[in-house]
Amino acid sequence: MENEIQVPINSDQDIVAARQKGRSLAVALGFSSGDATLIATAISELARNIVTYAQCGKIRLTVINGSTRQGIQLVAQDQGPGIPDIQQALRDGFSTSGSLGLGLPGVKRLVDEFAIVSEENRGTTVTATKWKP
Amino acid sequence: MARIDTDLSSTQVQEEFSGSAGHAKPGSVLLRELVAHLRERRTQLREEWARRITEAQLLTAMTKDEIFAEATSVYDNYVEALETGTFEALQAYARNLSERVIPRGVETHEVVGIVLLLRDVLARSLFAKYQTDFTKLNRILDAYEPAANRIANTVAVGFVQERERIIREQQEAIRELSTPVLQVRERLLILPIIGVIDPQRARQLTEQLLRGIRTNRAKVVVIDITGVAAMDATVANHLVQTVEASRLLGATVIVTGLSPEIAQTIVNIGVDLGKMNTVGDLQGGIEQAERLLGYKVVPLAESS
Amino acid sequence: MEVPILKQGDFLIATVQAALTDADLLHFRRALIQQVVRCRSQGVIVDVTSLDVMDSFASRTLREIAQMIRLRGAQTVIVGIQPEVAFAMVQLGLTLENVATALDLEEGLAHLKQKSESTA
Repeated sequence: MENEIQVPINSDQDIVAARQKGRSLAVALGFSSGDATLIATAISELARNIVTYAQCGKIRLTVINGSTRQGIQLVAQDQGPGIPDIQQALRDGFSTSGSLGLGLPGVKRLVDEFAIVSEENRGTTVTATKWKP
Repeated sequence: MARIDTDLSSTQVQEEFSGSAGHAKPGSVLLRELVAHLRERRTQLREEWARRITEAQLLTAMTKDEIFAEATSVYDNYVEALETGTFEALQAYARNLSERVIPRGVETHEVVGIVLLLRDVLARSLFAKYQTDFTKLNRILDAYEPAANRIANTVAVGFVQERERIIREQQEAIRELSTPVLQVRERLLILPIIGVIDPQRARQLTEQLLRGIRTNRAKVVVIDITGVAAMDATVANHLVQTVEASRLLGATVIVTGLSPEIAQTIVNIGVDLGKMNTVGDLQGGIEQAERLLGYKVVPLAESS
Repeated sequence: MEVPILKQGDFLIATVQAALTDADLLHFRRALIQQVVRCRSQGVIVDVTSLDVMDSFASRTLREIAQMIRLRGAQTVIVGIQPEVAFAMVQLGLTLENVATALDLEEGLAHLKQKSESTA
């Protein structure tokens, strides 16, 4: 089992490839089927954002070892237009339609740790982690 | 380590031990000598160790024979880890040992205690052997110390991880037992929730319910929260999500026993209570469920 | 990847497989609407039992399918959403509002029959 997988994201086919790799990695690591689905769904949304807003980018999946548990870290990176107002993008109470905007609050709910760095015209990097309980 | 020493052989020694994690590279001369000594004295050292374990009143849950048997395995694994510089085998053994002794009531301090005792027994043995050559003793200890530290750490961490895993499993089992999803009638499930719900339990309830809907092909679910005193926004949200997820599986959810406080919490998180199917009490909820399912409850007198 | 669409009386049954790309989904939407028109179907069942991930695009496409089919005077039922997928969907906020859902094919057909009986 590899410790790190990089998936280039350039088209809608890559979205499927990325999430399938994510699921395989999660299952290989011993995540429950339900958690593997959450991880695959998060990857799908992050990859989709890249394709929609930045045309190309990449997703890196890494196995991380904490002191008492293991997890998967997802890093979605692009050199796209960036998000002008991150606070706004992350706002959006519990009931979101999910079809508008970046769906970041939704992705945040799927994972345990979530961080985003974005600068106008410099690109966006989203880092998300899911731990195996 | 930046120790400057003009003696050639100890510089050699320095280089050999400046690898990662401070453990000696396998194959170094001193290490081989050390390991050979520990193997040669295996019987005596093992006995001494077992004796000290009993003296320190550790592993009282085990018999003398059991202690000796485990002592043998630990000793051999210990020496092998020293020799190879790899710790996977030791890690696996530590987990295995933990899995066996935890149900017997052995505690963390006991496992850590015996490993430290072994480390001490072996160190003393090295002192005894090399006490006439102080320089050599120093170098031998430099080879031994980092590896011994790592071994103690590996075993302790392995034990703690295993213990935590077992505790989690037990908690999970308890939670499952305490929140049964009841099939009362065909196509009707009841989920009575009692007590305090934290987000983790809420999530587990949701997963259990969804699986139950699928297995029992339920069309209506009654979630009774009469027994829940309070709910914070996160858990209230879980409840709403459970209702929505159940619908995706084709089931209608009726929530019963909603207290005014919880109703307020739900409204506060932005959910339109009017959209939620709520009934005052469980009995009323079951009756409504039966109506939805097309059951008609007819009093006995009329049925003749 | 083609999504197989079968005719069963007045209804159409489309069985979605896993790993549909966005392009596949759009193609499916077009093909399904065409079939509804051609067969003058009263109802459509979209079986997503094999779908292992439902993301925002898939969810939106299904809603659009239901809307377009409704414009033709027919009903849509989505069946077979897996418990884990349903859980992930609601976390993401995808509720498939205004789209009928049922547990499986059997339930879906029962729903469509009931609907067409009440409008007959």
